Amino acid sequence: MQAKKRYLTLFSAGACLILLFCFGGIQVPLSRGASRRDDRSLAGYRPGARWRHFPGSLQPFSPREQDDHNEHISPRQKRDANLGVYGGKRCRMESCFDFSMCKKNGFKVYVYPQQKGEKMSESYQNILSSIEGSMFYTPDPGQACLFVLSLDTLDRDQLSPQYVHNLKVKVQSLHLWNGGKNHIIFNLYSGTWPDYTEDLGFDIGLAMLAKASISTENFRPGFDVSIPLFSKEHPRTGGERGYLKHNTIPPYRKYMLVFKGKRYLTGIGSDTRNALYHVHNSEDVVLLTTCKHGKDWQKHKDARCDKDNAEYDKYDYREMLYNSTFCLVPRGRRLGSFRFLEALQAACVPVMLSNGWELPFSEIIDWNTAAVIGDERLLLQIPSTVRSIHQDKILSLRHQTQFLWEAYFNSVEKIVLTTLEIIQDRVLQHTSRSNLMWNSLPGGLFTLPQYSTYLGDFPFYYAKLGVKPYTKFTAIVHVVSPLVSQSQPVMKLLVAVAKSQYCAQVIVLWNCDKPLPAKHRWPVTSVPVIVIEGESKVISSRFLPYDTIPTDAVLSLDEDTVLSTTEVDFAFTVWLSFPDRIVGYPARSHFWDGNKERWGYTSKWTNDYSMVLTGAAIYHKYYHYLYTTYLPASLKGMVDQMSNCEDILMNFLVSSVSKLPPIKVTQKKQYKEPMMGQSARASRWADPDHFAQRQTCMNKFASWFGTMPLVHSQMRLDPVLFKDQVSILRKKYRDIERL
Amino acid sequence: MYASGKYSSRGPALIPRMKTKHRIYYITLFSVVLLGLIATGMFQFWPHSIESAADWTLDKRSVHDAPLVHLPVSSPIPERGDLSCRMHTCFDVYRCGYNPKNKIKVYIYPLQKFVDELGVPISSTGLSREYNDLLSAISDSDFYTDDVTRACLFIPSTDVLNQNSLRIRETAQALAMLPRWDKGMNHLLFNMLPGGPPDYNTALDVPRDRALLAGGGFSTWTYRQGYDVSIPVYSPLSADVELPERQPGPRRYFILSSQTAIHREYRAELERLKEENGEALLLLDKCSNLSQGAASARKRCCKGQVYDYPHILQESSFCVVLRGARLGQAALSDVLQAGCVPVILADSYILPFSEVLDWKRASVVIPEEKLSEMYTILKNIPHRQVEEMQRQARWFWEAYFSSMKAIGLTTLQIINDRIYPYAARTYEQWNNPPVVKWSSVNSPLFLPLIPPRAPGFTAVVLTYDRVESLFRVITEISKVPSLAKLLVVWNNQNKSPPEESLWPKIGVPLKVVRTKENKLSNRFFPYDEIETEAVLYFNYLYTYKMPGDIKNWVDAHMNCEDIAMNFLVANITGKAPIKVTPRKKFKCPECTAIDGLSLDQTHMVERSECINKFASVFGTMPLKVVEHRADPVLYKDDFPEKLKSFPNIGSL
Repeated sequence: MQAKKRYLTLFSAGACLILLFCFGGIQVPLSRGASRRDDRSLAGYRPGARWRHFPGSLQPFSPREQDDHNEHISPRQKRDANLGVYGGKRCRMESCFDFSMCKKNGFKVYVYPQQKGEKMSESYQNILSSIEGSMFYTPDPGQACLFVLSLDTLDRDQLSPQYVHNLKVKVQSLHLWNGGKNHIIFNLYSGTWPDYTEDLGFDIGLAMLAKASISTENFRPGFDVSIPLFSKEHPRTGGERGYLKHNTIPPYRKYMLVFKGKRYLTGIGSDTRNALYHVHNSEDVVLLTTCKHGKDWQKHKDARCDKDNAEYDKYDYREMLYNSTFCLVPRGRRLGSFRFLEALQAACVPVMLSNGWELPFSEIIDWNTAAVIGDERLLLQIPSTVRSIHQDKILSLRHQTQFLWEAYFNSVEKIVLTTLEIIQDRVLQHTSRSNLMWNSLPGGLFTLPQYSTYLGDFPFYYAKLGVKPYTKFTAIVHVVSPLVSQSQPVMKLLVAVAKSQYCAQVIVLWNCDKPLPAKHRWPVTSVPVIVIEGESKVISSRFLPYDTIPTDAVLSLDEDTVLSTTEVDFAFTVWLSFPDRIVGYPARSHFWDGNKERWGYTSKWTNDYSMVLTGAAIYHKYYHYLYTTYLPASLKGMVDQMSNCEDILMNFLVSSVSKLPPIKVTQKKQYKEPMMGQSARASRWADPDHFAQRQTCMNKFASWFGTMPLVHSQMRLDPVLFKDQVSILRKKYRDIERL
Repeated sequence: MYASGKYSSRGPALIPRMKTKHRIYYITLFSVVLLGLIATGMFQFWPHSIESAADWTLDKRSVHDAPLVHLPVSSPIPERGDLSCRMHTCFDVYRCGYNPKNKIKVYIYPLQKFVDELGVPISSTGLSREYNDLLSAISDSDFYTDDVTRACLFIPSTDVLNQNSLRIRETAQALAMLPRWDKGMNHLLFNMLPGGPPDYNTALDVPRDRALLAGGGFSTWTYRQGYDVSIPVYSPLSADVELPERQPGPRRYFILSSQTAIHREYRAELERLKEENGEALLLLDKCSNLSQGAASARKRCCKGQVYDYPHILQESSFCVVLRGARLGQAALSDVLQAGCVPVILADSYILPFSEVLDWKRASVVIPEEKLSEMYTILKNIPHRQVEEMQRQARWFWEAYFSSMKAIGLTTLQIINDRIYPYAARTYEQWNNPPVVKWSSVNSPLFLPLIPPRAPGFTAVVLTYDRVESLFRVITEISKVPSLAKLLVVWNNQNKSPPEESLWPKIGVPLKVVRTKENKLSNRFFPYDEIETEAVLYFNYLYTYKMPGDIKNWVDAHMNCEDIAMNFLVANITGKAPIKVTPRKKFKCPECTAIDGLSLDQTHMVERSECINKFASVFGTMPLKVVEHRADPVLYKDDFPEKLKSFPNIGSL
């Protein structure tokens, strides 16, 4: 009993004590008291009390009239003063760029002629030829707004074999240099071991930098352009597609996070990669480093090196890259690394671990939508951070990597054009792209703000904005033969098209050598018929972005096309669902001719198609603008000279923008009416050379695009009850079957 | 507490059977325990009761009761502020820590009144009405913490909104005296009117070490991109005047200038524009016959005619916002509130919240030099764009300009987004007004991927117990070349599926999944067995993302799961479904007699009901009507069937 009592006493006393601690009765006042004393002694006031709204009347922060001191300095003087003050490291467009040079001729770029004996890397060669092939190029320095050196400035690492010596003198002796004003300098590497500074080793004056691995500290916002680091093998044009071909749900791949690369044992940038082993778990987080690089790595090697190296050799980089959800992109010696573009292409969401790196094209790309921006200081949190990212987010990040890769990064040309477009946006200011144009399909290079700054004027953003295209179309009839009779096919066509309930206007493009017929000879229609006399009478003029097109949709027609009102109506209703594609009747296909090693063109009846000819097709008006301004003069010239292939070129263009095939609507056996009583000019379709030319065109176009943009489709869209065994009276588009 | 209570309640029951000595002993013991409990409770609630009492007094207290702090002349002054500061160099991210909510914690210093040694205050106004509103809004938000040790961001209660009312040196000293100042690390200052005469710096002149600055009127030379936050200059009219939102559309005037302190050079330029373009422009100035004061702020004049401000702003499509001595102008806020598209002429100005807001959709920025071309530039903007900008301008005001609360919380959200970038708000969240958010489409799967044929598709067959027709379906479908896998969802819990040997032999893997309940929704479950993309994503959405109680409705009514799926997909893609090749009858003719489900009259009525129910849950009718159908290219063409890819289609 005694023992029991004693235990009881002990127990109850213990319980008391435990209770005291448990409810924090002792602890809380102790710790809070400590911090309170501390703060009170410092500030003489009790913290911990919530901030509350102070009642009663307080003074407003600003007097009503705030700008009385305005009359002192003239705003003009103020602007001029900026020019003197903000140069060098503080350059901005306002202070270091001469806008007046771009006023007269728009945004034109001049490339200095290459001097004999100057060595030039292949990459720089590619940059220059991309500029020379672009719509910005001018050979006349007098017209130029921007100047590009022919001296290779890409590699400014003194220890590199590509390093160009005496650049300082060479640059100063250029007579157009003008202190670097309106010049842009491309650079991939700067500085060298051990500190890898961002200095180029010569005075760049007022020139802009398009530089890889640039730090936020040295980056002059709105003036410099951060470009990605790309390898010697990066293709000049065309470029590889992204790796993603289909979606996987759930989106997780074999690995969660991977990295494979060099580890620097000492010096700048070594910290992060040295610490990677902490988060490596050799299961789904695989971060591999090797010490084996450089000549004397054995000298510096540490205790982990041998183990790391062995592990490093066990994994295949490619295999990891394509089978991981996230890819770590830690800084190397410099801030940027090749891992970045590799991950982007592989649809492996990059996890940036490079503090202070101004990400490529940061001015226009919202990287949060395609990458995870980590913090080197929080390396240990990275695995839990990426694991917390929701499946939906992973899917959209992954899609965005592919979009960005193909829109801005997959060739040297894209990188260069993006750089130039960014600068052009700054120069033109009020006609520049909005964030949405840069960050959603089809991307800034295909969305030209000179066409319109309104997103709803483009075929790409209807869904994003929740708006619809205008529900009318404008027909453009391309006429090359004279009017001889009222029963000519073009007359019938005009009447049929004008009868469509969706027709807003008909434009007749008179590209015939004969003078314009009198007004009364055109059929009378309920919608206006406008006759435009082609100035140069070339075939490309059918794709000019005429101001007289008031609608989003254009119905493009040849003069000998046969089309009924019902067919026009149906094609247009289909187009409303696919406003970014060509919707129409005559379909053609392309194929790879293995024997001749070139692309072939066929008009045979096949089970699939990749083109819909513009003799009877509806598409968005914006493609007229793209055709006219985006395509190079060389291709358009070729088309005009042959009076052929304009329709193929249009299909190339639209598919390269949309990445999708055109849409063929209900079959019609005969589009062309045999020409009545053979006119002076025979139909171009009768010409035997015509077909051969089209083969040639295909290959010329494919080489300019750098790839074959056409996509095959096996689908034809018919009216819902088409040829179904129900009463014809129930069918809305019954006339289509009767033909 | 509960356990010990039980123990002591047993105490008295023991007492009668014990000796007095023991009884006294137990009573003592019991009292000790009781006392201990009381003490525990006391300690527990002690600090809280004090604090709640403090809260009470705080409400009654006025600003004048804030404790006085004397600043010694020799008190340290912070560094001027480092232009190279960025989040990774000047911000201590460890204080924010990793938390599942991805939300920073913000602490506000208690109010103090700083005076110099002579007793002169460091600020002529003290705490302003607006700063008081701002701090209150933050303290009422999720960001706020009163625990200084848990805070990631610190906000001084010293009001620096208007530099003109400050003594620069002393204010800096006051900041440095804050207990957690630590070189300004993780401190945030709000300033709307920086600089002072004659040259008006574009950032606050108060030396502030590494503190972040939320400033109104930054220029590109003072703004530390990714570190500072550019904020609007709050207009006091926002609170005083109510302007109802107007429908976007053309207005009486094309361009309106309403600012009163425009430099004469620019005013002359505006007059010239007015001469050229006449009635389309309205140039207003202050009214000369009115005395200065609150009333004059609400009136504008032109040639003797008096206009109400800011109401007159609603009568114009575009409103000029010219720089004054400062880049940031409160007029911008008024203009946005009126739904007038601002035409901003302020070279090198960093627009408010430009880190997240897409100003190209709400304003026109023209270089000061091009003021004379303003009319032509604006005339070239498409009408539809002007209307969108009007709507966008008004939305920006409502969401980000309308109150000190909106300004303060937006600033904190921007900083929050930098610290947790992977959880940052998206472009659409920041920039799309509610009407666009409702009507627009943002699917995570937006790439036009044309998947390769190789993986084929997985067929999912839902069955209850009709084994015969199930086997027929399996045999038919197994003939399809691109079939990769067949999954049978066995929805009958009372009966087991037939033995393996009885199933038809087919060339692709066949799996049977038994469900726990006979629910129609089981058809759309994203089973692990489905490996091909074709079916999976929408199944995932159906199971996890179906809004409201639609899924339960479907299971309860045993109907409409297909309609629900159509609603879901149409809502996400914004597109109509695609009907392929005509086959009017989907079920085998013999089966229809048994299959009462689809033919039943009440079934049809119920399906109409479903549509109405779903439309109300979605808040909209996402289904789209199209008139086309997808057929093979050579469908029904006069062409040898042998050469067609899909020869027998449509023949049934």
